[in-house]
Amino acid sequence: MSMVATGAEGACAECLRRSWLISRLGPFIQVACDDRAGRRTPELLRLEDHELVSAVAPRKVDALLSENSALDEGQLRQTLEQAGCWALCRHDDGFPEGLDDGADAPVCIIGCGDGFHLEQVTMGGSVTVVGARRATGYGLEVARMLGAELAGAGLTVISGLALGIDGAVHRGAVERGRTVAVLAGGPDRPYPATHARLYRRVRESGLVISELPPGTRPWRWGFPARNRIMAALSRMTVVVEAARRSGSLITAEMAADAGREVGAVPGPVTAGPSAGTNELIAGGAALVRDGADVFDRLAGVGFSFPQKLFGPEICDSDIPVLEAVEGGLSLIDSISPAAGRSLAETAASLARLEIAGYVTCSMTGEYGRTGLASAATYDPPGD
Amino acid sequence: MLAETTSFTLAGISASPVRVEVDIHRGLPSFQIVGLPDTAVREARERVRAALVNTGFEFPMRRITANLAPADLRKVGPGLDLALATGLLAAGAEIPGEKLSGWALAGELALDGSVRPVRGALAMAEAARKCGCRGIILPEANGPEAALAPGVEVRTIATIAELRGLESGRIPGRRAVPADLVESSGLSDLRDLRGQPNLRRAIEVAAAGGHALLMIGPPGSGKSLAARRFPSVLPPLCSEEILEVARIAGVCGSGPVTAERPFRAPHHTVSAAGLVGGGSPPRPGEITLSHRGVLFLDELCEFSRPALEALREPLESGEVTISRAKGRSTLPAAFTLVAAANPCPCGRGEEDPGCVCPPVSTARYRATLSGALADRIDMIVAVSQPGPEAMAGEEGEASESVRERVVQARNLMAERLGPGRVNAVADRAEIARFEIETDARKLLVQAGRSQQLSGRSHDRVLRLARTVADLDESPVVLEQHLAGALQLRRRNGT
Repeated sequence: MSMVATGAEGACAECLRRSWLISRLGPFIQVACDDRAGRRTPELLRLEDHELVSAVAPRKVDALLSENSALDEGQLRQTLEQAGCWALCRHDDGFPEGLDDGADAPVCIIGCGDGFHLEQVTMGGSVTVVGARRATGYGLEVARMLGAELAGAGLTVISGLALGIDGAVHRGAVERGRTVAVLAGGPDRPYPATHARLYRRVRESGLVISELPPGTRPWRWGFPARNRIMAALSRMTVVVEAARRSGSLITAEMAADAGREVGAVPGPVTAGPSAGTNELIAGGAALVRDGADVFDRLAGVGFSFPQKLFGPEICDSDIPVLEAVEGGLSLIDSISPAAGRSLAETAASLARLEIAGYVTCSMTGEYGRTGLASAATYDPPGD
Repeated sequence: MLAETTSFTLAGISASPVRVEVDIHRGLPSFQIVGLPDTAVREARERVRAALVNTGFEFPMRRITANLAPADLRKVGPGLDLALATGLLAAGAEIPGEKLSGWALAGELALDGSVRPVRGALAMAEAARKCGCRGIILPEANGPEAALAPGVEVRTIATIAELRGLESGRIPGRRAVPADLVESSGLSDLRDLRGQPNLRRAIEVAAAGGHALLMIGPPGSGKSLAARRFPSVLPPLCSEEILEVARIAGVCGSGPVTAERPFRAPHHTVSAAGLVGGGSPPRPGEITLSHRGVLFLDELCEFSRPALEALREPLESGEVTISRAKGRSTLPAAFTLVAAANPCPCGRGEEDPGCVCPPVSTARYRATLSGALADRIDMIVAVSQPGPEAMAGEEGEASESVRERVVQARNLMAERLGPGRVNAVADRAEIARFEIETDARKLLVQAGRSQQLSGRSHDRVLRLARTVADLDESPVVLEQHLAGALQLRRRNGT
C-alpha cells in the first residue's frame, strides 16, 4: 500500500470550484435551512450551481457566481497542498463507487490522512457505524467492539468522529485496521475539538474526508450533508445506539433511500437511548449483535467471518462472577450475592477479569461485559 | 520603677515567650507600648487602664512605657493584657511583683477587671514549661485545656482583683483540673449505614491503612452519612495524639478539648489558604485542624483547583510548610482524606434516564474530577442508592466491631513501620520490604501490561494491597489481596 497521498490532481477545476462555492455559501445555506434537523440540505446540494445560489442567495446570484468562476485553479490547488489535503472528483476513475450512483452525491471529496487511498475504499468492503452523541456505557462498549472487529476483519469502518458512539467506533477501529472519518467542516479542522487527539490518530493511520475545502467551519447544515456521504459510501450502515429523534436515524434513513443495508444494535426495550435502534429493527433493519452479523449481511449467511476473539483462560472461581456480569448485573453489591461469593472474593475476581479484558468498570463503579469472548462462558450459535 | 513579667504570643500552632517590661517614670501622663505590637495589643492600653481603675487599683498618672521583647517578634492578640496589667501594678508597687518571678501570665482583660479566655492555652502552658517557668496563670475557662500539659503548674483566676492575694504571699488563683478525656459515646455509628457492603469494605480498608477515599454516587446515596461515621471506626487517639489535637484546637479556638478525632468538612468555596493554612503570620488551615482525624471534601469537583493542588504536599508528607515573606512555619497535617462527588454535573449519573447533562459538560466534569484526583486519591468506590430491601432490612455492623479489626490491622502496621505509622505513608524502601507472593507479582505485571496501571500508581496499589492483607491478618500479600486492592484503587483516566 502506497503511503503517498493523492495530490490535488484527482479533481478537475470545475469540481474544485463547486466545493469552494458550497463553502462560500455556508452562511446563506445556514439561513435557508433553518429547520433544526436540516433535512433539506441534501436536497439543496443536489441543485446545479446557478439554481443553488438562486435558492439560497437570490439577491447575490451574479456576484457570487462570478466570484466563484474567477477563482484561480492554481491557487485552489496550492491551498489544498498547504493544508496537506488532496481532492478527488467524480470525473476521476478512483472516485468511490458509492458516491457515484446517487443524485445528491457530492461531486468532489477533499481529504487528508496517510493511512491508504480513497480509491481503496470500496462500497462492498466498507461499513458505516454511527450512533448518538449521548451514549451509555453499553453503547460505547458495543461501538468500540464493532469498530475493532470489523476493522480487524479487513473492512473499512466509516464514521463521523462525533462525540459518543462515533468516537468509540473510531477508537476501536483505528488500531485494528482501516477507518475513515467523514467531517461536516473542512477535513483539516478537527471537530469536535475534544476529539483532536483521536482526529490525529485517524489522520495518521486512516483517512479524514469531507466535501468542503480546508478551513471551512462546520455549519449546522453540514451534519446532515455529511451523513449522506457516510450513508452512501458503504453497503451497510449500522446504528449502535440512538434515541427516538437522533440524527443517526437520519443517516439510516438516507442509507435505506440510497438502497443500502441498514442494521441496528438492539437495546433494552425500556431504554430511551436505544428506542431509535429498536424501532429500526422493528421496521426491518438487520439485527446486529457483533461483527459476524454485519459480515453475514454483507457477504451472505455462513460467510466465514474471522474467528471470535477469545481472551486468556480464567480460573474456576472467577466464572460465576463473569456469569453474573453477563447476566446484566453491574454493581459489586449485587454481583457478589448472585455469584455466591464473598465481597472480597468478588472484588478480587472482578479485578482479575478486568485485567484480562473481560469486563470494564465505569468511573461510577458499574461493571459491564466487553466483546471479548471467554472459553468458559462462550455459547456457540447452535446450527 | 521597672517591673518584668512573662507572657506568650502565638505563631502557627506554638506559643513564643514574650518578656513584658513596664517602666514608670516622671513626666507627662502617657502609656506607650513598643516592641512590634499589632492593633489588638496596642488597644490593650485602654483595656488595662479601665480594668485597673474598675477593680480599685490606682492607675499611675505618669509616663508609662511597656516594652515587649524580643522586639523583632510580632505580638498578636489580646493575650498579653494580663501580663501588661500585672507588670504595671508591680512597677507602680501596688503588688509585690517579685513574688511572681518564675510565673507566666496570659489572659484578655474585660473593662470590669475580669479575665477572659485566650486561644492556645495548652500551647502556652507547654511553652511555659519549656522556658523554665514554674507555672502559668490563665483565665478560668482555659484551665481544663492548659492543665493537660505535663510538668507545669496551671492556676486560673477570674479577675485581676485576685492579684491582691500576692500581698499575703500567696500565688493567686486556683489550681486547674485537667479536662476529662473520655471518648464520648455520642459519635454517629456506622450501623446507620444499611446495605452498601462495598462501601463498608472500602471504609474499613481506608480507615485501617489511612488511604484517601473518594466516593462517587448520586445525591442521597449515603456518601455524607458514611463520611460522618468514618471517625467512629478509627482507633482511639493515644495520649500524645490527644495533646497534639487539643493544642491545635486550642490555638484555633475550634472547640472544647475532647479525645475524639477531629472531623472537618469545609465548604467547597474554601480558598487554598483556608484549606492548607496561610496569611501573615501563617495561621493553620482546615487540614491542620483535621490533624489525626478526617478531612471530608463534599462535592470534590466544586473545589477550586489551587485549593486541591495545595493538598498534594500535605497528603504525602503529613505536614504543611507555609512560606511567607516574613518567615515560614511548618504545621502538622496528618489527616485521612475522604471525598465525595456526583457522577455527573446533574448528579444522576449518565446511566440514569433522567440525566440531562450534555455529553460535553459531562466530559468536562470528568476531566475536572480526574484532575482533582491525580496523585491524591488511592481508592474510589461507587455508591449507589440502596434498594428498598436494604433500607427496610436490619442495621449494618456497628462501628465498634469494625474498629476492632481496624485496630488489629494498625497494630500489624505499627510492628512493620513503627509506632503510629500506617501503610498509606510507607515510603519506597518500606514498600520494597513488603512480602509479596509470586502470583500477586504476576498479577501486578499483567495489570501494568493491560494499561490498567501506570508506573506511578504501582506503589499505591502495593500499599493498598498491604492494608487488605493486614485486615486479613496475613503476613504475606497474597494474590487475592492484590486483586482486591486493584478493584479498590482509582482507575487511569478517571
